[in-house]
Amino acid sequence: MLSSDPKKVQRICFANIEVENMNKLEVAKAHGAYAFLPTVLKDFDADKIIDEVKVSGLRGRGGAGFPTGLKWSFVPRNTGKPTYLLCNADEGEPGTFKDRDIMRFDPHLLIEGMIMAGFALGVKDAYIYIRGEFLHEYNVMCAAIDEAYAANLLGDNILGTDFSMNLMMHRGAGAYICGEETALIESLEGKSGRPRFKPPFPAVEGFYGCPTVVNNVETLATVPAILEHGGAWHAAIGRPNNTGCKIFSVSGNVNKPGNYEVPMGTSLKTLVEDYCGGLQHGTVPKVVIPGGSSTPWLTAEHYDVPLTYDDIMKAGSFLGSGAIIILDETADLVAVTRRLAHFYAHESCGQCTPCREGTGWLERVLTRVDAGNGTEADLVVLNDASKHMAGRTICALAEGAAAPILSMLKYFPDEVRAKLAEKSS
Amino acid sequence: MSAPDKPQFSEARLAEIDALAARYPSRKSALMPVLYMAQQDFGYLSMDTQKMVAEVLGLRLMEVREVVTFYTMFKEQPTGKYLLEVCTNASCMVNGADALYAHMKNTLGIEPGQITEDGLFSINEVECAGACAGAPVVQVNNMYHEKATATDMDALISRIRAGEVI
Ligand SMILES: Cc1cc2nc3c(=O)[nH]c(=O)nc-3n(C[C@H](O)[C@H](O)[C@H](O)COP(=O)(O)O)c2cc1C
Ligand code: SF4
Repeated sequence: MLSSDPKKVQRICFANIEVENMNKLEVAKAHGAYAFLPTVLKDFDADKIIDEVKVSGLRGRGGAGFPTGLKWSFVPRNTGKPTYLLCNADEGEPGTFKDRDIMRFDPHLLIEGMIMAGFALGVKDAYIYIRGEFLHEYNVMCAAIDEAYAANLLGDNILGTDFSMNLMMHRGAGAYICGEETALIESLEGKSGRPRFKPPFPAVEGFYGCPTVVNNVETLATVPAILEHGGAWHAAIGRPNNTGCKIFSVSGNVNKPGNYEVPMGTSLKTLVEDYCGGLQHGTVPKVVIPGGSSTPWLTAEHYDVPLTYDDIMKAGSFLGSGAIIILDETADLVAVTRRLAHFYAHESCGQCTPCREGTGWLERVLTRVDAGNGTEADLVVLNDASKHMAGRTICALAEGAAAPILSMLKYFPDEVRAKLAEKSS
Repeated sequence: MSAPDKPQFSEARLAEIDALAARYPSRKSALMPVLYMAQQDFGYLSMDTQKMVAEVLGLRLMEVREVVTFYTMFKEQPTGKYLLEVCTNASCMVNGADALYAHMKNTLGIEPGQITEDGLFSINEVECAGACAGAPVVQVNNMYHEKATATDMDALISRIRAGEVI
């Protein structure tokens, strides 16, 4: 169980992740699940919950790091329309695999977080949009939701109160773009996942034109601890403006890849060496992709960076979803970049010309360069095309597609040139 | 030869669909789950199946087509009974996924889009499966096999060929 002393807290969402059968309601309850829920439903109201979440400093764990309490406060009340709560469990950003563990090992934590969020926002119907590939996690979640309904934790008059809320799972079907919140909404409306122009933001006009909150799994799973222990407790964990703990999904060239939850501000080097068993080869990473494949690269000089939104931004990138991909000296950076370019070209929804054309073009040029058939002129094209995509599109996918290429050209131009030389010499 | 029967959901399925659709603000939201049901019942989404889904949900065929063609997990062509999907994205790539994928295609003797002669297997390269700690990741009908090796996958293929149901 979580310590009431914030200095002692090392994990929040993963506090019970190793408990066997934690996915079963009985076991979850024995470890404190839903224990504080009656107090929230009886003694808290919307303003108090939103205030606590604001005080906690919690920032969205889905990628953008937007303050959760603030997002909730934007939802208009008494519009005469229903308000919807959507949990984003699409988890498609390459390198990210944290939400999967919350759902398959501790589904009730997410459900409890959604009940509390739903109560604060006056939600009657909530949905969890889970990527289609996570079939096992979908089944675990469905079983946990069934148990919660049977125990009157969901459905009508939850725990004998006036509050009623439904919760339902909805499977995506293999489209990364549906992780973008407005594409997710489109998809949940039974359409293809094409992002919408913002504004209007979903808080005002989202699912079927109604006020809608979209939050990541990890964000929602943090809410029960915040309400039970208080916003101030959460704010004292981690660093100012970067509070709490964060799950980092570490993969690539490390000896023990995995999900590790640590207080914000833990250094990257500590994470890699003390938790991930160090690098597969060498002593410093060649490339660190700090927040999922769409974030700009960091290099060996940033190995000591404290893992916070602000410090990573100062270093030139984003904490994103907390998906850290480590590449060591054995990695072929041109090949990795070519592979990522293929990903973005495949996943572009196609409605913005710079993204649709740009991602395809980048993939073709990189394929040529990787095969040893590239020229100096190709490098100019890669640079220009990448720069011209950012900021000219409806959503951030295009920027994400450009990030690895611009990073490679910035930090490792010689490595790219070496591939050009391969055939021409 | 007589024409194959038109696909038709069972009465039980239709009742299930009505109950499901009632849980969304609009019936259209049930389209993706219903396509999964159709795929499970009829193997893949033929044009006749798509027409039937459109009718059941009161949608235009175009609305169904748009969704079927947008999402990679909806299949308009039959696949083998076991669909092997190898992630080759960054973290899997630096942990040997390309060689594994090449090995598996070689073992099966097929390329993407084909089915082995016994009807058992299809193979595909896919995007990040969201399980990178287990790189390289192979999904077998969306069951995850993590830290997959050529030996494991050969053994799995042999077991399925020997009649084991995975
Ligand atoms: C291309 C793209 C893909 C995204 N994929 C995800 C995703 O898989 N999961 C997620 O939670 N957020 C994803 N996001 C961020 C969401 O749009 C949104 O900001 C987030 O779900 C909000 O939740 P939070 O405030 O709790 O972080 C993505 C954004 C973009 C632009
Ligand atoms: S940027 Fe790309 S993925 Fe995003 S809306 Fe435009 S075309 Fe679609």
